[in-house]
Amino acid sequence: MSENHNKHEIYKREGKLYKFSDYTLKRVNEIIERYPEGKQKSALIPLLHIAQEEFGGSLNADIMDYVAGLLSIKPIEVYEVATFYSQFYLDNVGKYVIEICQTGPCLACGGDEMIDYLKTKLGIEAGETTADGIFTLKQVECLGACGYAPVMQVNTCFHENLTKERIDEIIDLYKNQAEKPQSNDEKWVEKFYLRK
Amino acid sequence: MLRLTIDNITVEVEEGTTILNAARKIGGKIVPPAMCYYSKLKGSGGKCRTCLVKIANTSEMDPRPIPKLVPSCSTLVQNGMVVENTISEQVLKERKAITEFLLINHPLDCPVCDQAGECDLQNLSYEHGLEETRYEEERREFAPIDIGEKIKLHMNRCILCYRCVYTAEQIINERVHGVLYRGDKAEISTFVENFVENDFSGNIIDVCPVGALTDRTFRFKSRVWFTNPMDAHRNCEKCSGKVALWMFGDDVYRVTGRKDKYNEVEEFICNECRFEKKKTSDWIIEGPRKINRTSVISQNHYEKLTKQSIINPTEGKTEQQE
Amino acid sequence: MGGKILLEKINIPGIETFDIYRKSGGYSAVEKALKTMTPAEVVEEVRKSGLRGRGGAGFPTGMKWGFIDRKSEKPHYLICNADESEPGTFKDRYLMEHLPHLLIEGMICSAFALEAKTAYIYIRGEFKYLIGILNKALSEAYANGFLGKNILGTSYCLDIYVHPGAGAYICGEETALIESLEGKRGNPRLKPPFPAFFGLYSCPTVVNNVETLAAVTSILNMGGDFYSKLGNGKSTGTKLISACGNINKPGVYEIEMGITVEDFIYSEKYCGGIKGGKNLKAVVPGGSSVPVLPAQLILKTASGQPRLMTYESLAEGGFETGTMLGSGGFIVYDEDQCMVRNTMSFARFYHHESCGQCSPCREGTGWQERLLYRIEHGLGRAKDIDLLADISKHIEGNTICPLGDAAAWPVSSAIRHFRNEFEFHIEHPEIVKNISHGNIDKYRK
Ligand SMILES: Cc1cc2nc3c(=O)[nH]c(=O)nc-3n(C[C@H](O)[C@H](O)[C@H](O)COP(=O)(O)O)c2cc1C
Ligand code: SF4
Ligand code: SF4
Ligand code: FES
Ligand code: FES
Repeated sequence: MSENHNKHEIYKREGKLYKFSDYTLKRVNEIIERYPEGKQKSALIPLLHIAQEEFGGSLNADIMDYVAGLLSIKPIEVYEVATFYSQFYLDNVGKYVIEICQTGPCLACGGDEMIDYLKTKLGIEAGETTADGIFTLKQVECLGACGYAPVMQVNTCFHENLTKERIDEIIDLYKNQAEKPQSNDEKWVEKFYLRK
Repeated sequence: MLRLTIDNITVEVEEGTTILNAARKIGGKIVPPAMCYYSKLKGSGGKCRTCLVKIANTSEMDPRPIPKLVPSCSTLVQNGMVVENTISEQVLKERKAITEFLLINHPLDCPVCDQAGECDLQNLSYEHGLEETRYEEERREFAPIDIGEKIKLHMNRCILCYRCVYTAEQIINERVHGVLYRGDKAEISTFVENFVENDFSGNIIDVCPVGALTDRTFRFKSRVWFTNPMDAHRNCEKCSGKVALWMFGDDVYRVTGRKDKYNEVEEFICNECRFEKKKTSDWIIEGPRKINRTSVISQNHYEKLTKQSIINPTEGKTEQQE
Repeated sequence: MGGKILLEKINIPGIETFDIYRKSGGYSAVEKALKTMTPAEVVEEVRKSGLRGRGGAGFPTGMKWGFIDRKSEKPHYLICNADESEPGTFKDRYLMEHLPHLLIEGMICSAFALEAKTAYIYIRGEFKYLIGILNKALSEAYANGFLGKNILGTSYCLDIYVHPGAGAYICGEETALIESLEGKRGNPRLKPPFPAFFGLYSCPTVVNNVETLAAVTSILNMGGDFYSKLGNGKSTGTKLISACGNINKPGVYEIEMGITVEDFIYSEKYCGGIKGGKNLKAVVPGGSSVPVLPAQLILKTASGQPRLMTYESLAEGGFETGTMLGSGGFIVYDEDQCMVRNTMSFARFYHHESCGQCSPCREGTGWQERLLYRIEHGLGRAKDIDLLADISKHIEGNTICPLGDAAAWPVSSAIRHFRNEFEFHIEHPEIVKNISHGNIDKYRK
């Protein structure tokens, strides 16, 4: 096999059975019902978000096959979509994924120094995870917060106007947090829940 | 009927005809090259942009030019439309650029490619390519993989025309391969070790305009131009049984669909005919097939092409054959 | 000059809740539309207002609505484009965070005008925290009878749902957005057919930007004629500008169209001048896609007139000496910024975001980035600048969707106006190599 195929952990199929909790499944069905009959494939992206979160932060072939089954679509339709969108992670990630912006407006405000600082501080390069499994660092494109540059996002929480001191504080905060901070980081499935 | 003029030649076509198909009705030199459109595949076209033409006059009602070039494969004819293809400097210039774009990530491995001699990209670059490449950066690299017992994928050579994807959806009715990732990282793949196995799966080889999908049962891996294509048929329960046999002496090297002058198969054939029937006695041979009019080999241009446009001997990488 | 319309009530504490929003006069546009107007009258009001799409293309909204296929038996859809991913643009996020009900109110009026019974808000996946805010506001609107069945006792019914993307700028393009909403890869469709005929699920569909839909609320409240008198010429009304880069007061500002660029950059009311008292070098006034202009051309047109914040004035001079208002992402660069590095970062952005369907964009954006990467890192050759300009010229205009153009314009304009900086990089590799700003990884991941 080539260097490209099999390069991601996503290619692993261990034959493990994944299943949403009953609670999630109920919400998932509500989401599917938002789309017209026969158009349940529309729920694919929301479902992949939920699956990624519920099953450990990244996707693999078993998870995607499970999602395909829920929506009665072909597995390849899920693979095509999961690999297209950059928020779906194909490799294992740490507990916190730090996405730091590397686009023009952030660079103009010192974003490159912050990127370098983070790398040194965590001792990893972009795309890598710290040995303790806590942080994964990614350099990403514009996060839509350019006025508050430099910007990074940790899981779903924005951290803006970064300085080296701010970064120290933020990293400490997450390091000392045994659990994911719930206030900022409610589950996707809750966010999606529309209380009519 | 609608009246359309292409390169000063006027033709009448039915409503709903694309510019490309109108041009094919006229035939000859004025037909724009098409690397992604395939008349038998719904939804194909629009992607490669080699068929771009200039609209000098939109219609009788709206006698204005369109500033941007349009894809002739997916633009409908309007009455009184005036189109410029080979007589437009702009079209030829942009087509050259697009040919260059298609080649920058294409490997320089024509000497070892199964498709050489019947490759649309080779033909395109002969007609529209630059003398030498201006691209000196790194190329995309993929190793070849098997995506089935009978089919090999050289992703390096793929131009992402999506034809094989449409074929899987519309002809094979069962799709286990598709386009993964995006941008220039996009690749054709089955993703996990899924195999494309189905009675009609072999057709993805025929629709592929380049040597990205090839027949693993192609015996002796001969250059195509050493083999003689013959029209042949057999009684087949699954398909029409009408095929082209690629023969060398009395040996059947390869079986494909019968391709017309635009390199499209006349009919899709089944895997049994394509992969299993490699004896002359399996077939009723009708006679020699005329070689594709546009092919570089038919015009004895292959040597020239290999030397100048595509193959740069100092850079040329050859790939391990199995 | 300068009355706020969209952001008029932003400082009222609790305005993000239904009760406060309603108490401060909110949802009166819905009452007016549903109880006293026909859908056609709402469209006419918006047409009269001269409102132009705020998502970047500036297409007249009333005209776009006029195209919708009313003869079709199929359901109609309204989609709010909240994908906001164009570098420099962060206005929609601000609006949704602080005034979610303003958007919902505008969407109800717009959906009514289009006779749509279902509407979706397609929001970029990175804005997950906003989904909670929007869903809370939607729930309140349902609870108070402004959404759901028989709104305000009329026969009109409407459901609005929030749908997340997952990290793909291209899904801001309306047909890619529709594909994505159908659960597919974000590959833009060929046009025609246009979404007004074959949109979501092959049904008549209108896609509008967040700010456009929010502005519909104001238009119905004040009347289309009145709105059309605000602003300047064909640039009617107010526009949210998200200002960033090297300025003293970055943020989102609502301006009446027609103030001067100089006023916007230097007055205390807006950007408050260049940070650290430095000089202005360049501005990208409409999000990363639009051409960059050097200081002298952004402040004054080539003919010496003061440049105004309007669609027309910013475009004056064509691409030779002008640019575009685009999405209103106003990026300011001071004298110390490296234009080659900035251009490289934009080229990398478009390379990363190309969907890969059509060859000029798929192959050309990568080529642009690689060349720029070399130039920026002191590995450029004299011929590279012309080659780069040539590549961008051949991407432009030859692609399926406008992302190709968007990828080409920042590059071609940077070479046009800042060629000397490119030449400097090539002539002084030892200097540019040692400047720390080169310290960006070629490829992420
Ligand atoms: C590559 C690309 C990205 C776009 N991104 C956005 C976006 O993030 N938000 C948006 O409102 N419009 C975006 N647009 C414009 C939309 O295609 C469309 O014109 C707009 O949503 C129409 O709404 P409007 O008429 O209200 O502006 C983008 C266009 C292109 C070509
Ligand atoms: S493998 Fe061949 S048919 Fe399939 S997309 Fe690539 S070039 Fe086209
Ligand atoms: S221009 Fe780029 S983004 Fe748009 S369709 Fe073509 S490849 Fe995709
Ligand atoms: S450029 Fe960093 S958030 Fe936009
Ligand atoms: S054949 Fe028309 S774009 Fe490819």
